[in-house]
Amino acid sequence: MSRSYLPHWVHWLGSPPNFYRFAGALRPWLFWSTLVLGAIGLYGGLVLAPSDYQQGDAYRIIFIHVPCAWMSLFAYGCMAAAALIALVWRIKLAEVIAMECAPVGAAFTFVTLVTGSLWGKPMWGTWWTWDARLTSELVLLFLYFGVIGLFNAIEDRRRAARAASLLALVGIVNLPIVHYSVVWWNTLHQGSTVNLFGQSHISADMLWPLLLMALATHLYFFASVLNRARVGLLAVEGGKDWARGLVAESANA
Amino acid sequence: MHEFFAMGGYAIYVWPAYAVFFVVLAWDWIAPAFRRRQLLNELRGRIAREQLRRARSAPTQGSREGASA
Amino acid sequence: MVALVQSETTVQTPGALTAARALLRRELLLAWRRRNDALFPVLYAIIVTALFPFALGPEPQLLARVSGGVLLVTVLLAMLPTLESMFRGDLEDGSLEQMLLAPQPLALLALARIAGYWLSTTLPLIVVAPLLALLLHLPLDVLPVLLAALLLATPLLALLGAVLAALTAATRRSAILLALMLLPLAVPVVIFAAGAVAAAQSGLPHSAPLLWLAAALVLALVLAPLACAAALRIAVET
Repeated sequence: MSRSYLPHWVHWLGSPPNFYRFAGALRPWLFWSTLVLGAIGLYGGLVLAPSDYQQGDAYRIIFIHVPCAWMSLFAYGCMAAAALIALVWRIKLAEVIAMECAPVGAAFTFVTLVTGSLWGKPMWGTWWTWDARLTSELVLLFLYFGVIGLFNAIEDRRRAARAASLLALVGIVNLPIVHYSVVWWNTLHQGSTVNLFGQSHISADMLWPLLLMALATHLYFFASVLNRARVGLLAVEGGKDWARGLVAESANA
Repeated sequence: MHEFFAMGGYAIYVWPAYAVFFVVLAWDWIAPAFRRRQLLNELRGRIAREQLRRARSAPTQGSREGASA
Repeated sequence: MVALVQSETTVQTPGALTAARALLRRELLLAWRRRNDALFPVLYAIIVTALFPFALGPEPQLLARVSGGVLLVTVLLAMLPTLESMFRGDLEDGSLEQMLLAPQPLALLALARIAGYWLSTTLPLIVVAPLLALLLHLPLDVLPVLLAALLLATPLLALLGAVLAALTAATRRSAILLALMLLPLAVPVVIFAAGAVAAAQSGLPHSAPLLWLAAALVLALVLAPLACAAALRIAVET
């Protein structure tokens, strides 16, 4: 009998019907804690925190912009990790999770770009600038679209997941390269004199709502991936008995 | 209260930003439910077709049932 | 009797390099037979380049400023349609499966394919680049830098594009999908290649970006065929 280096529950969780039920049970906990923590964080950020002496009240976009920016990168990291597991060990659950990280990550990236643009206009006078962070974030959005597009272009779900996983890994290698090259490109062209994250140090009564929002968005990310992974598992496992059982249940419900 | 909504004059930037945040994440949460319903409907149709096929072939060929799925 | 026994010796499988060389020859032979097809990317590049003066106005200084960048983007776009179908024909007629089953390393065979693609499709574009530079009033002393940048950037793009072409080989035909996947990855290549040309145009030292491109090319020469082989295996499995 082969010995596994992984604890038993990892194997248990890897089975699709088990994961489906586990994710279904965990989902509401994550969702409600997201809402509660998010509500407290937003109250702290929008109401309690004082106006910034430089930026007035416009800085309050930071409480959604920065957490979304962090999540856009975190989601890609999770996607790449799951993609690696999917390609090396061909675990169905890893394939599903990798693919379901992409739309959530793309959503966070999109919000980052839009909120950043809305923050940039009053503060720095422009809706868009080709500085390193914005450009890299835009390229990140395109990488997400590429993964989602490739996944949707192949009919067999498992093969599609593996192909898109390979693309995600190629993309993660390129992400630091893109960032570095854009930094270099900006210095070459001496274009942007805008320094988006300047010398200001964030005060404590602005920091705690920010960190709380960061925590809330992390919890939301996990909730959303679990939510989507359940549906993704159904798509892959359609012919299996446990999926058919769900059809019977939903007919009776 | 009015000051809160005015956001120091930056309301047209702050509130749309928050709106985008909530709308996009709400869509992200709700969208899978549509896909799930569609998948379950397809699966229901598939099961129905298989049962129909099994019922048709059962009277004529007793033990030999086509392996579908 | 001895002769009969001797003739039973096993057939020697060709070595890896021999197979790669044979594959490259086949690529070039096929491309030569369809040499009219190689004209299409070239014509496309010329037409697109010619559109820019109509769009921007014929003023030489303006065109000279944008010429390096416009040329690079045009060459990149001209590579896309042929890149998209790099492995598709092989997949459809079954020769891709033969490559997968071959005893030679798939990565090396993939590299041979990519080399054949670059030689037959992209090299004509580079040959035509001086003509395009002329149309856009690129200063003549910058031309060597442009050619160097193209000679480094196009194989790099071909290697990256080949991985993506392998991933999409089994999908429905869509040049847009490949473009969507390739363009984010092509951003650093375009930045460095255009940066070299721009630096040369301003009289600044331009060797650094070219060296970065060369380093990336060397890295891609090693890694991209491996990724391409993995992608081909995924594409072929049913």
